[in-house]
Amino acid sequence: MPPLAQRNLMHDKVRLTVTLTGIVFAVVLIVVELGLFVGFTVTTSGIIDQSKVDLWIVSKGTPYIEQGSAFSERKLYQVLATPGVAHADKYIVRFSNWKTPQGAEDGIQIVGFNPYTGVGGPWNVVEGKVEDLKTPDAVMVDEIYKKKLGVTKVGETFEINRRRARVVGFTRGIRAFTTTPYVFTSFKNAQAYTGIAEDQTYFILVRALPGTDRAALQHELESRLRDVDVLTTRKFSSMTRIYWMFTTGAGVAVLIAALLGLVVGVVVVAQTIYATTMDHIREYGTLKAMGAPNSYIYRVIITQAGMSAVAGYVLAMFVSVFIVHASQSGGAAILLPWQMAVGIFFLTLLMCVSAAVVSINKVTSLDPAMVFRG
Amino acid sequence: MQAAISVRDVTKVYVEGANKIQVLHGVDFDVEQGEVVLLMGPSGSGKTTLLSIMGCILRATSGSVQIAGQEVAKLSERELPEIRLQHIGFVFQGFNLFPTLTVGENIELALDLKRIRGERAKQEARKLLDQVELAAKYDSFPADLSGGQKQRVAIARALAGSPRVILADEPTAALDSQSGRNVMEMMRDLARKHGRGVVVVTHDSRVLEFGDRIVHMEDGRIAEPETEASGRKGMAEVVSMGLLSTNSAEHALRIC
Repeated sequence: MPPLAQRNLMHDKVRLTVTLTGIVFAVVLIVVELGLFVGFTVTTSGIIDQSKVDLWIVSKGTPYIEQGSAFSERKLYQVLATPGVAHADKYIVRFSNWKTPQGAEDGIQIVGFNPYTGVGGPWNVVEGKVEDLKTPDAVMVDEIYKKKLGVTKVGETFEINRRRARVVGFTRGIRAFTTTPYVFTSFKNAQAYTGIAEDQTYFILVRALPGTDRAALQHELESRLRDVDVLTTRKFSSMTRIYWMFTTGAGVAVLIAALLGLVVGVVVVAQTIYATTMDHIREYGTLKAMGAPNSYIYRVIITQAGMSAVAGYVLAMFVSVFIVHASQSGGAAILLPWQMAVGIFFLTLLMCVSAAVVSINKVTSLDPAMVFRG
Repeated sequence: MQAAISVRDVTKVYVEGANKIQVLHGVDFDVEQGEVVLLMGPSGSGKTTLLSIMGCILRATSGSVQIAGQEVAKLSERELPEIRLQHIGFVFQGFNLFPTLTVGENIELALDLKRIRGERAKQEARKLLDQVELAAKYDSFPADLSGGQKQRVAIARALAGSPRVILADEPTAALDSQSGRNVMEMMRDLARKHGRGVVVVTHDSRVLEFGDRIVHMEDGRIAEPETEASGRKGMAEVVSMGLLSTNSAEHALRIC
């Protein structure tokens, strides 16, 4: 087929620019909203996902990580005595209060872990070392929250729950969905900072011996321990994500915004493709008069829509990658995993081809006798 | 010899709500192969409707329409495009070339519809453009051509796939007299040399000398064949109205 679709598309540069702008706008909007959704989702369960353990033991009925309740640390020894367990650590995640020397206060989430094993500890450490957290009153925060917490450098001291806290290092990119920054410290310090009894813990993180049947181990632990749930890391992560993204409605709002981006894209692209079709309506009438079946003309219109989609997508990805990169230093990470990029490509194609349906309807009803009307 | 087009007792009624408007009343009409027929008549006389029915763009309300011996009046809307593709080439008043395609690509598009593609389509397009003496314009865009050249490209496009019938709607209306003559000469050559039936709807008195026959329509009917005397009287009226030159009228009467 001669390149009618390509030529029609390229013929009117202004209209092409409007079409591509519409697509780019829609795609970037979708990337940002879906990227935020993915970013938020990953953030809500970041602590769990990065723990790299097999099982989490939580108090009975705990719906998500921030909602844990304290239970006796004696269960740790029962866990350690269970066949197939390679390692187990007490763990705390609990809200507390941060106070600057100037008296400013802010909410934080204390993450107390075993600094000797590092399990459940900070990752992406850019200043200081995890081992530095072995010392009393040592804490580590993320550089994103430096301003929020009033921290400028390592060595500064603050108050957590009226106890001294000394910053010994910084991480990069460990965000908290609730906007209350994570503050990593040793389990012992965390007990003091959160005010829980010395014989209590909030979670127990379990690593299985290599080759152990994890489902069997989970079942065994469930039968040995009372008043707790034994959850796989994946399950607990999923529960936490579902709670924050859907039970609270936060994720739904983001998804609706993404859907709106899609609708805006379809409308803008439909309008411009329709206008392009109307510009060439006499040519389509001529094609029909010459004997072209409707499918031939649909192919021209759909090819135009497809080409617009590809060009718009490529341009949008340049903009999106820039935005995604820029967001990494902000409070809310926009993530663009490759699976999402591929998905959005097909979504863009679908959006543009759907937008062409209005034009196709117009051409279907076109009377070829129009070519004889002056 | 089989007629290129044969129209028998064709009627066409448009229905608009409760109103029925009959625009063709039992039209009988033949176009032989190798013949140029000029279809004339005042606006609203049914010329374009008849042309559309002969071109399988419109369906007759009743009657018979045969294109190259094939009855098409009873074919469905879905079947008509194929008949147009196989048997009919169109030439339009406004040329209707595709402005974003080159001259060569315009012809190739028509060939593509007839499933002639690739190198064969390019060779065929060059051959057709050669016939209308525009082979050198293969890579030009329509915007770079004169009106006459555009209409010659349109003729070349109409010839793509060797249709038996060429239907032309006011092909000279947008052209100066010399270009109009050139276009009509080509139409006549098409009919004579290639044995095609050519129907030209026209108001242009300058083209009368190129028709083998003039069919006059009025109020949806073919006007009765005129005697020479009545024909002369009628032509005199047309000439007196300034619609025809005396020479054209004389020629028209000779061929009536």
